[in-house]
Amino acid sequence: MKTVTLTVKNVPELYLECENVNPDAFAGKTADQIAKLGGYQGKEISTLGDYFTIAGEAGATAADTKIIVNGDCTKMKYLGAKMSAGEMVINSTTDMYTGSWMTGGKLLVKGNVHSFCGLAMKGGEFTIEGDAGNYLGAAYRGDWRGMSGGVLRVKGNAGSDVATFMTGGEMIVEGDVDIHIGTHMEGGKIIVKGNANRRVGGQLVKGEIYVFGNINVMMPGFKPTGEVDLQVDGTNAKFTEYIGDLGERHPKRKGETVYGKLFLKQ
Amino acid sequence: MSEYIIKNGHVFDPVQGIKGDKKDIFVKDNKIVDKVGSGAKVIDASGKTVMAGALEVHAHVAGPKVNAGRWYRPEDKHFDSHKTAGITRIEGGKSIPTVFKTGYEYARMGFTFAMEAAMPPLYARHVHEEIHDTPIIDEAALPVFGNNWFILEYLKNQEIENTAAYIAWVLNQTKGYGVKVVNPGGTEAWAWGLNCLSIHDPVPYFDITPAEIITGLMAANEYLGLPHSMHLHQNNLGNPGNYTTTLESLKLAEGVKAKNNFGREQVLHSTHLQFHSYKGTNWGDFESGAKEVMDYVNRQKNLTIDTGNVTLDETTTMTADGPFEHHLNSLNHLKWINVDVELETAAGVVPFIYDPDNAVFASQWAVGLELALYAKDPMRCFITTDHPNAGPFTRYPRVYAWLMSEKYRNERLNTFKKADKVISATTLANIDREITLYELAAMTRAGPAKCLGLSKDYGGLKPGMNADIAIYNINPDKFPSTGPEIEKAFAQVAYLFKDGKICVEEGKIVDMGKKHTFWVDAKVKENKQVMHDVREKFLRYYSVNENNYSVPESYAPHQHIISVDATQA
Amino acid sequence: MPKEVTDVICPFCGTLCDDLIVTVSDDNKTILGVKNACAIGAEKFNHQRLPGRVKRPRMRQADGTYKEITYDEAIDWTANMLVKSRKTLMYGWASTSCQAMSVGHDIAEKVGGIVDNCATVCHGSSLIAIEDVGVPSCTLGEVKNRADRVIFWGCNPAHAHPRHMSRYSIFPRGFFTVKGHKGRKIYTVDCRYTDTAKCSDEFIQVQQGYDYELLNAFRTAARGEVLPDTVGGVPKEKIYEIVEDLKTCRFGIIFFGMGLTHTMGRNHNIDIAINLTRDMNDYTKFAIMAMRGHWNVTGSGQVLGWQYGFPYAVDLSRRDQARHQTGETTSVDLLNRSEVEACFYIATDPGAHFPIDAMKSSAKKPTVTVDPHINCTTEISDIHIPVAMVGVEVGGCAYRMDNVPIETRKVVDPPEGMLTDEELLTKINHRVDELLAKGGA
Repeated sequence: MKTVTLTVKNVPELYLECENVNPDAFAGKTADQIAKLGGYQGKEISTLGDYFTIAGEAGATAADTKIIVNGDCTKMKYLGAKMSAGEMVINSTTDMYTGSWMTGGKLLVKGNVHSFCGLAMKGGEFTIEGDAGNYLGAAYRGDWRGMSGGVLRVKGNAGSDVATFMTGGEMIVEGDVDIHIGTHMEGGKIIVKGNANRRVGGQLVKGEIYVFGNINVMMPGFKPTGEVDLQVDGTNAKFTEYIGDLGERHPKRKGETVYGKLFLKQ
Repeated sequence: MSEYIIKNGHVFDPVQGIKGDKKDIFVKDNKIVDKVGSGAKVIDASGKTVMAGALEVHAHVAGPKVNAGRWYRPEDKHFDSHKTAGITRIEGGKSIPTVFKTGYEYARMGFTFAMEAAMPPLYARHVHEEIHDTPIIDEAALPVFGNNWFILEYLKNQEIENTAAYIAWVLNQTKGYGVKVVNPGGTEAWAWGLNCLSIHDPVPYFDITPAEIITGLMAANEYLGLPHSMHLHQNNLGNPGNYTTTLESLKLAEGVKAKNNFGREQVLHSTHLQFHSYKGTNWGDFESGAKEVMDYVNRQKNLTIDTGNVTLDETTTMTADGPFEHHLNSLNHLKWINVDVELETAAGVVPFIYDPDNAVFASQWAVGLELALYAKDPMRCFITTDHPNAGPFTRYPRVYAWLMSEKYRNERLNTFKKADKVISATTLANIDREITLYELAAMTRAGPAKCLGLSKDYGGLKPGMNADIAIYNINPDKFPSTGPEIEKAFAQVAYLFKDGKICVEEGKIVDMGKKHTFWVDAKVKENKQVMHDVREKFLRYYSVNENNYSVPESYAPHQHIISVDATQA
Repeated sequence: MPKEVTDVICPFCGTLCDDLIVTVSDDNKTILGVKNACAIGAEKFNHQRLPGRVKRPRMRQADGTYKEITYDEAIDWTANMLVKSRKTLMYGWASTSCQAMSVGHDIAEKVGGIVDNCATVCHGSSLIAIEDVGVPSCTLGEVKNRADRVIFWGCNPAHAHPRHMSRYSIFPRGFFTVKGHKGRKIYTVDCRYTDTAKCSDEFIQVQQGYDYELLNAFRTAARGEVLPDTVGGVPKEKIYEIVEDLKTCRFGIIFFGMGLTHTMGRNHNIDIAINLTRDMNDYTKFAIMAMRGHWNVTGSGQVLGWQYGFPYAVDLSRRDQARHQTGETTSVDLLNRSEVEACFYIATDPGAHFPIDAMKSSAKKPTVTVDPHINCTTEISDIHIPVAMVGVEVGGCAYRMDNVPIETRKVVDPPEGMLTDEELLTKINHRVDELLAKGGA
């Protein structure tokens, strides 16, 4: 695997759309060629070379390419978006759409991320060491296909509207989450190791939500069905199992109604 | 003054019976002529196919439900919105393109006219605003009548003259083109959450049946002598076993004669017939009824049809058949829009994915192709996708390729995940017919023009006709051997002339032309009863005043008015 | 002789009443009286003759005072600002005609603008909800002719849409509703007892911030499932009773407003209300409608819809694609994050409605405001360009809250030499073309 190192030399005034900063766009390119890829700030079209110092070179394919980004990426959008393979390590906080529509590979952000990160993620591993904003792993506006695969881990807290319309994959938030978690969810697994504010699993059709801490207000459409001992993300504990959202339609499989499930750690 | 000679092209023109002969076409200003001066610009069409501009007979391209489908599906243009270099605007939308993309894409495929298939009269101004903003192609819109309270009340008493006078008034108010009927009676029933699934189900409160509505509107249409016939979306759309409802509806036209000055021969146009040609009792034993339906259509000379071909894409369904969209939503659970329109109609919108791995959808695909392949008279069978219901109109090149190449469609048929089931539920595998370029010209040009009452000026290349001409990179002597090659050739014209001006060159838009809005101005004897009823309904039941209902002519800056005089009828 | 103009369309709220009668002086210059309008609507016409109306563009000077300039100067300054800025917020559009919007969008596409309308601080959350789950709805005439159950949830038409109740929702007699008010049952759900609640048969007081839970309880009850004893302060018996009543009605409608769009959860409050409406259609006929406030904001969504495919917050800044993401391309977010370099406001007053931080950010940027009147925004703008009042001094198309388009009427002449929105934008567009042809950007 070959490594490209990007170091921010100019912080953009407004923001920079970095849709070309991912292993797929870099694959097969030298540092000079990478420097010529486009970056966008409103109608101003510039190049990555205008904002980054670029060292090293990419591998022949995305899978053979590792990208390390250093410097202040607070105003960089779309870092790692749509990546299908390879590796990226961002040693900074990033802006919107980091790792969105990602289908494979490994993405690590050592700072915080803003909203819409991991949007409609399909595969790969995405780890955020800091906090995440709103709409983490959610669907794009209007789409009923949110996060559908891969593993998304946040070591800090996450905002609201996390995993809206999730259909598959696994999301772990080690800290707290705000309101509207797994709204309209149709599959997959969300694990919240801290507290969840309110509106957990609203309009949940299918899928599983685990909460280790408190839920401030439980949705009326959830009904407790018993206690279970589970191992969740390496923790063994007793959970209260709920089914829901009972206000929502639920598919039938072999005559049995399949409900969404919420597990609350005792 | 501009003059052109389109030289040495292979001309396909059913109007003159020209079947691919090498022939020069002369263009002077906006007309096709016998000859031009020596200064005429020469377009070398050798090795190319020359046809008249194509006419779309049924598509949902402008208006409230189309636009609802656009804006409530941001995901339909995410990563799709783009701009090509040159004079065009930003284009976007896969299943429901924006107005700009709609105009450009039709033009790129060689179309010069599109009929918006369902205009709710109360929303007519919206339809015309979109038509106004759609570049290049001429357009017209059909107001919907099949669930309109005036119509239901008049036809309950068989008052054909009043029905006709009301239709004439609406066409004038809405700048409409003809009489569209969608799920007659069923959509009014839907205002109470009900439906009419057979043509004999009574419409709640109004004490009339769909059969009576169809018969009466057909009579009123011929009373007026409109350029187009009644345009019917039958009851019971999309349900297994519905081909019997379809045949019953079509039989209502038996013995009815076309009466008009436009050369139109049909009295009933049956639209998106694919959705109405199903046998079986449920989706498990679902079978194609295309053969039965087309055997009947082939015999009845006063019928025309369009196909409604499923293209196997993710699309957005939308129809004035409100109860059907509700039903569809209960099947696929995707986001549902419904709008009931006071006194007139309703509409629904639901996204839909025609997944080729699903035996039903793959069979629907086969049914659409069977209809066209069973058609004996290509002048009475037109190819549509009921855009965007069975698929986006941008897929026409692929539908043409499936129809023109047995090999291409069999490749598709045999590679379905449930191929065995599709092959046994349909008869497509037994059909070896390949539609010829001449037949295609009838199905997409001469036929639709005649059906719409526009055959005097459109749909052909005869001197005196309008200079709407599509030139394709297809050499009939070396017809493309693969499906994708056929698709490519139909997707991007070599040239498109619209009103004698080159608007597209090698798939690139070079001129916005001069788009016209067609509408029909029908004159009837003064009818005090109808005008009294109009006043009364506006005073008591509408939510807008009568004086704020009509669409001013300023909405159609380039209007093409077709006048009809029914004062002597 | 003064004359009466009839069938006039009110240019104030989304109800678009079209039965106003306006008396005009015989020289077509002054409005003498307005009949049928509500107090707010009548005031809109009365503004036309207010003394001290600004009739020519004004430019702010270094000392903060304003100096009159010519339209040509204002147009040139505006066009230069638009061409220079890498990304411009072009916000407003709710009080102008669809024809003017079209010209504005053409400009935005050329200069890399973001076109946003006041849905962004109003029913934008309803639009997101519709993007997510659709909406079963109807025209207002259907409510008048058929509805026997009407629910006002988090809205107060008695104040915000004063004639809504008499024209469409509570009092009118229609074809199947010959008893008018007596044949309808009216519910109001709100966290406080509003004047609309006073007109209702039943008032359900929901604890603030519990609309989502209460709607969830309605849906849960509709499926016959058990509920907790109270939800959002409403006893479960009440919830079961209401749900049963709704299931057995003939035609029900929910009207909702800021009480859902601007409380915790925003769009989700609406998408669950829409899903309740969808559920009710399994039993009877049910519809739901947003009480769109600002006059032609619906029209702006429609025009953006057919031209770009998104209802608001349309980002054309790349000039080769249209994008839309609430939270990113919405005005308040753009200003708070300082992602735009210039602001062009037209036919809406963000200064009066945006959060203070957003306006502080806006005040630091070159700003042009196009509005017939002096308002909060004009006073933080570099240039204020006055224009004719749409729906009073010039006609044009507008869309009602149920998306019904109505052609508005001109009732009086604008002041001598004053441009309309459409004329002004067309001139700016031409100037932009000239600058771009010279290689401006």
